[in-house]
Amino acid sequence: MSFLHRHKGLTPYLLLLPGIAWLAVFFLVPLGFLGYQSLESGSFESGYTFTWSFSNYWDAITTYDEQLLRSFLYAGIATILALAVSYPLVYWIAFRGGRWKNLFLILIVAPLFVTYLVRTLAWLNILADEGPVVSAFQAIGLVAEDGRLLATGIAVVAGITYNFLPFMALPLYVSLEQIDARLLEAAEDLYASKRQAFLRVTLPLSAPGIVAGTLLTFIPAAGDFINAQLLGTPRQSMVGNVIQSKFLELIDYPAAAALSFILMALILAALLVYARIVGTERLTG
Amino acid sequence: MSESMTSPDVRLEEVVKEFGEMRAVDGISLEIPRGSFFALLGPSGCGKTTTLRMIGGFEEATSGRIFLGDRDVVGLPPYKRDVNTVFQSYALFPHMTIADNVAFGLQRKGIARAEVNTRVAEILELVDLAGRESRKPRQLSGGQQQRVALARAIVCNPRVLLLDEPLGALDLKLRKQMQLELKRIQHEIGITFVHVTHDQEEAMTMADTIAVMNGGRIEQLGTPADLYERPQSAFVAGFLGKSNLLAGTITGEGLVRLVDGSELRASTNGTRGPVSIGVRPEKISLSNGGVNRLAGKVKESAYIGVATEVVVTTSVGELTVFHQNVEAGGVAPAPGSQVTLSWAPEATFVVDRGDPGDRGEEHVV
Repeated sequence: MSFLHRHKGLTPYLLLLPGIAWLAVFFLVPLGFLGYQSLESGSFESGYTFTWSFSNYWDAITTYDEQLLRSFLYAGIATILALAVSYPLVYWIAFRGGRWKNLFLILIVAPLFVTYLVRTLAWLNILADEGPVVSAFQAIGLVAEDGRLLATGIAVVAGITYNFLPFMALPLYVSLEQIDARLLEAAEDLYASKRQAFLRVTLPLSAPGIVAGTLLTFIPAAGDFINAQLLGTPRQSMVGNVIQSKFLELIDYPAAAALSFILMALILAALLVYARIVGTERLTG
Repeated sequence: MSESMTSPDVRLEEVVKEFGEMRAVDGISLEIPRGSFFALLGPSGCGKTTTLRMIGGFEEATSGRIFLGDRDVVGLPPYKRDVNTVFQSYALFPHMTIADNVAFGLQRKGIARAEVNTRVAEILELVDLAGRESRKPRQLSGGQQQRVALARAIVCNPRVLLLDEPLGALDLKLRKQMQLELKRIQHEIGITFVHVTHDQEEAMTMADTIAVMNGGRIEQLGTPADLYERPQSAFVAGFLGKSNLLAGTITGEGLVRLVDGSELRASTNGTRGPVSIGVRPEKISLSNGGVNRLAGKVKESAYIGVATEVVVTTSVGELTVFHQNVEAGGVAPAPGSQVTLSWAPEATFVVDRGDPGDRGEEHVV
């Protein structure tokens, strides 16, 4: 105690220490190891050796450009859909939910109590060829008579949207819930119609929630492989599927590590572009 | 616009507002003339804010009619009413600069950018905030935020400006300063102000007409002097300043008999039966000079600077007297001494016999 009393300036660093140690041991060290692996060459049979093999990266990009592109496309569409679905939902909860607010929030989070895998398997039934959704879509002509939803990109995007919806909805709810309803009265008082009040006041004030929600949805969605594996076919496979099979089935560590780094770099690049567009002030809240 | 210059800016006809079982506003009719500074004064829960919000369009009247000028505005949303509001909490847009906050209403009205900029600059000058255009609201003090809220509302040049306890969040000194500032601005721009407050001193300082509200109704409407000199109910007598109220019965024109049989003169205006008569503490002198006289014994006296407050026990109850400290040293009768209280009949008012609990002792001038 007396040591800390004499060196008060140290306290914040001591408080940071456990977190930094955790990050160092469980993030930086594995990351470094992954980087090391990504530059190895050889084969599963003969073993891998470190050879500064940068060609792993080029090979990965040229071979799996299709999967990389698809990952970003599916994750992007799913993020937009999740935003479109959850914004009106949490808007209603935040402004009209009254004393039921917490109940509705629990309902949004409730699916997370079931494991990811089981939730996604449930969508196999929902989208099954003889299931109600396909029949209904066939009846209104959205799906051809012999058409199906399973094993299509639509099924994969639907699965991703569903699975990541709570990560969009919760930060959005927090930002909308904080908005003082009197600000909307003030906007209306100053000749703004309901629509203008929404566009000029509600929307900008919920921007931090939109930004946080899109990041929390897009980043994990871009690396997802469960949805493509269960609801799609190899023709819908995403970069996550490739990494997963390289690591666990083909035991091709250098290619898997190189692809992981490429995915990370592309996500970071996408984030930087996003930050440019929305402004860093909103990214940092 | 074929509207005559004499039509009032705001007219309420039998306006009622119910929230479920609760009747917040119970049939209010009033007219607010153009260019006046009008105050709705009353204790919390009297319906004054609800009345203001109905004029602004934030609450829909359960029944009755509301006119702005010649236009019946019942059913119109706030953005279609030619009024602007200064909110109690200011409700400044936190994500916009001061200039953008002030420009908001003008932009929604579709006014050209150059004119918007000119008017924003003018109005910020008027409220003494020039140079703060690019700040955000949270970077300003409470008093400055209050002036931004005012600027944002008056820059639109509305028919009526509504002020909902706008000074409530300021400290006493700043509040006094802003009272005079608001009055100056109102005088300068000539817009009709409707001001809601629970502070009788604030209402009397600023308004030229005050409606005292109680229980969803208007108890009395008049100039500050009217309300103070000639209150028509025990509630008004107690809410505005301090009054001595004595139970009595009118026995003839201008004559009231008190419970001990003594008779006092007051202007009774044809009223009959049991009443209370009142007199303000500063209107009573500790001498034989006036027509109305009561004998009593000093219970206590307290020197309060401009006056000495003397409480006198008489056979009809306790009376408070503000004895002016005209001479240095402030000579006031000591407790226990016998005194005669006297005052003029013109300073005596007659009200219905009200519940003395309504006297609102905390609203002493």
